[in-house]
Amino acid sequence: MKQEYTVTVYTENQIGLLNRIAIIFSRRKINIESLNTSPSEIDSVHRFTIVINETEEVVRKLCRQIEKQVEVLKAYYNTNEEIVWQELALYKVPTDVIAEKVKVERLLRQYGARAVVIRHDYTVFETSGHREEIEALIKALEPYSLIEFVRSARVAIIKASHGFHSKLKEFERGEPGEEVVENEFLNQQEGVFSM
Amino acid sequence: MDTIELAEEITKIAATQTINITGSEAVLKALIAEGVKTIFGYPGGAIMPIYDALYDYENELEHILVRHEQGAIHAAQGFARTSGKVGVVFATSGPGATNLVTGLADAQIDSTPLVCITGQVFAHLLGTDAFQETDVINITTPVTKWNYQVTDATEIPAALAKAFYIAGSGRPGPVVIDITKNAQIQKFDYEGYTPCNHIRSYRPKPIIRKEYIEEAARLINSAERPFVIFGQGVILGRAEKEFKTFIEKGGLPAAWTILGLSALETAHPLNVGMLGMHGNYGPNVLTNECDVLIAVGMRFDDRVTGRLDKYAKQAKVVHLDIDPAEIDKNVKATVPVWGDCKETLPLLTELIEKKDHTAWLRKFAEATEKENEAVIFDELHPTKDEMSMGEVINVLNELTKGDAVIVTDVGQHQMVACRYAKFVQSKSNVTSGGLGTMGFALPAAIGAKYGAPDRTVVAIIGDGGFQMTLQELGTIMQYGAAVKIIILNNRFLGMVRQWQELFNERRYSFVDIQSPDFVMLAKAYGIAGQSINERKDLKAALTEMIEHDGSYLLEVMVGKENNVFPMVPQGCGVGEIRLR
Ligand SMILES: Cc1ncc(C[n+]2csc(CCOP(=O)(O)OP(=O)(O)O)c2C)c(N)n1
Repeated sequence: MKQEYTVTVYTENQIGLLNRIAIIFSRRKINIESLNTSPSEIDSVHRFTIVINETEEVVRKLCRQIEKQVEVLKAYYNTNEEIVWQELALYKVPTDVIAEKVKVERLLRQYGARAVVIRHDYTVFETSGHREEIEALIKALEPYSLIEFVRSARVAIIKASHGFHSKLKEFERGEPGEEVVENEFLNQQEGVFSM
Repeated sequence: MDTIELAEEITKIAATQTINITGSEAVLKALIAEGVKTIFGYPGGAIMPIYDALYDYENELEHILVRHEQGAIHAAQGFARTSGKVGVVFATSGPGATNLVTGLADAQIDSTPLVCITGQVFAHLLGTDAFQETDVINITTPVTKWNYQVTDATEIPAALAKAFYIAGSGRPGPVVIDITKNAQIQKFDYEGYTPCNHIRSYRPKPIIRKEYIEEAARLINSAERPFVIFGQGVILGRAEKEFKTFIEKGGLPAAWTILGLSALETAHPLNVGMLGMHGNYGPNVLTNECDVLIAVGMRFDDRVTGRLDKYAKQAKVVHLDIDPAEIDKNVKATVPVWGDCKETLPLLTELIEKKDHTAWLRKFAEATEKENEAVIFDELHPTKDEMSMGEVINVLNELTKGDAVIVTDVGQHQMVACRYAKFVQSKSNVTSGGLGTMGFALPAAIGAKYGAPDRTVVAIIGDGGFQMTLQELGTIMQYGAAVKIIILNNRFLGMVRQWQELFNERRYSFVDIQSPDFVMLAKAYGIAGQSINERKDLKAALTEMIEHDGSYLLEVMVGKENNVFPMVPQGCGVGEIRLR
């Protein structure tokens, strides 16, 4: 069954790596719904957050292909239940319209938004949250001549993760230990060995 | 200060002493430090500083000037395949680099270790559509294991060290290092060359898990009809001995992919033949009768498996591979054995019981018998006047005793050569398997000869494929590479014609190809040769070819509309293999 997966990739910070990762998806004609690149909890390590809509089998294989890239340290995939995630959005509306017609205060409270810029000609609201919340505010602002809207890529934190510090130490050793060579079959003895 | 301390002190001082050299010289010093002796290349504006430096390194580095950059990279592939070393290519920017792309794709899919060094325009011109500027890094990203652009000379030693390490370790593959011209010219303080043996984000070999070896051994020990299928992983892992010990102890019949061919001598009693679309009858049919399928260093290519939903569904699958991404990619493994098969095979051998599976082996023998009657005997000993491709290979086997390196192009002749050529040693079959690149064989054979200078190298090529890279006859002429060339001329793009005959109601759409007088052509390049049309001349002609001092071109006119059988038609399961 296809569903939303968030792929988290820890990498070296290297020019060209974004392309190397992106073509793993495009080659298989898989649409990237959202892509974020960012620093990670570790200075030299970069973090990609990629959202796709696929079956688990496809996502698992994609992660293997991603991990195969020389400059990739590790790739994880998670369902939405396994992560805490947010997207951020900006909305620009004409100040006069909004001041005249809307109970702005209520609107902001209701959607957890705040005004980041208020000028005489326009106002920019910001909100962050899940997709539905962001879209609900578009709906609410649409009648008031929404001038511009933009939504950011998803950022996500894996609930079960203990971070990457200890893993990185393993990677830095000449002979990495089991920590980094997780074998997902291992915890499924029964399922795998169906003799 | 005692002498040891003194020596240490001196080394320390030496290490900090630098010499001022150009980026180009640093490139050549890196190659020498990596043990490179042969480079295949072609110069041009953006790589001129490296060529200028090369002028002074004639004694250390042999450079083979090819006739087209595609020729350079296929030659480097041939070199890598017969020598087991990393092949090295030089090419200029723009068209020079784009001409490498086919070879990169070929090397990527067939896991061939290459380091390709391309010149690039000056760094300040990047992105300006400068003369002969192409975005080589982005063009080559999908077809390289790794690539990197150097814009500063100080990066050169480390970049090349990484390149060689990545190309040759783990699952090998091609690497491109694109060096801007300013970096080639730039002088810098050179601190010597340190080979690379660790990159923190790169794990060439997965860790071996004992529990999997044990589980795999349990499966194999309990099997009644175990079947081993092996690929190039055995050769790339230099695990031929370990592999043989493994199958001999378990009494395990073993069949090969065309890239695995020659890892196990063809005459070995447990070698049951070729897998896949034009493979042998037994290995294909019995894939669907075995109870445990043991895949060693192979990747279940669709030409091997046919339709996946009809592939070995009854079998438990043990998959040994160094590349974790191959496990479960096409065929689900019951027991995945991650690791270098050089290490995993002995562990497995230790745990398996000594067996002989006589009854099961008899099934392979019976299948061979059946295929002999239906296909093989006629192919090797035809009664028609026209010669067959198979009989050429058969006589060649007789003369070389299976000791030659056979390089094949792509098409019917390739399948026939792989099916019938005999091999007594590893690294002897060089072919373009994954990409199926016509035009591969002639340049690859040149490289193969440099990789194995003491061996007879025979290139077997179709009349079509030969015309794709025949300019490399010039390279043979210039350097005297003693490559033996057999053109199996059926006056058709045979393999495509066969499909049109079988699946498109004989609608022969643009497969009728004319050829020049190949013998005269060879002569123009100073290469001896002859063309034969009759069976009675075959043995003498092949003998002359082999014994001739230097390169030789032999054209053999073969049946125009012969087909290669058996065949697993596309979209069919291996069990549906057709004998005719
Ligand atoms: C570069 C390239 N172009 C096209 C093909 C498709 N193709 C596969 S086999 C073949 C025919 C080869 O004809 P020939 O070289 O005469 O060999 P034969 O099959 O007759 O032995 C063609 C066109 C290919 N494999 N590679």
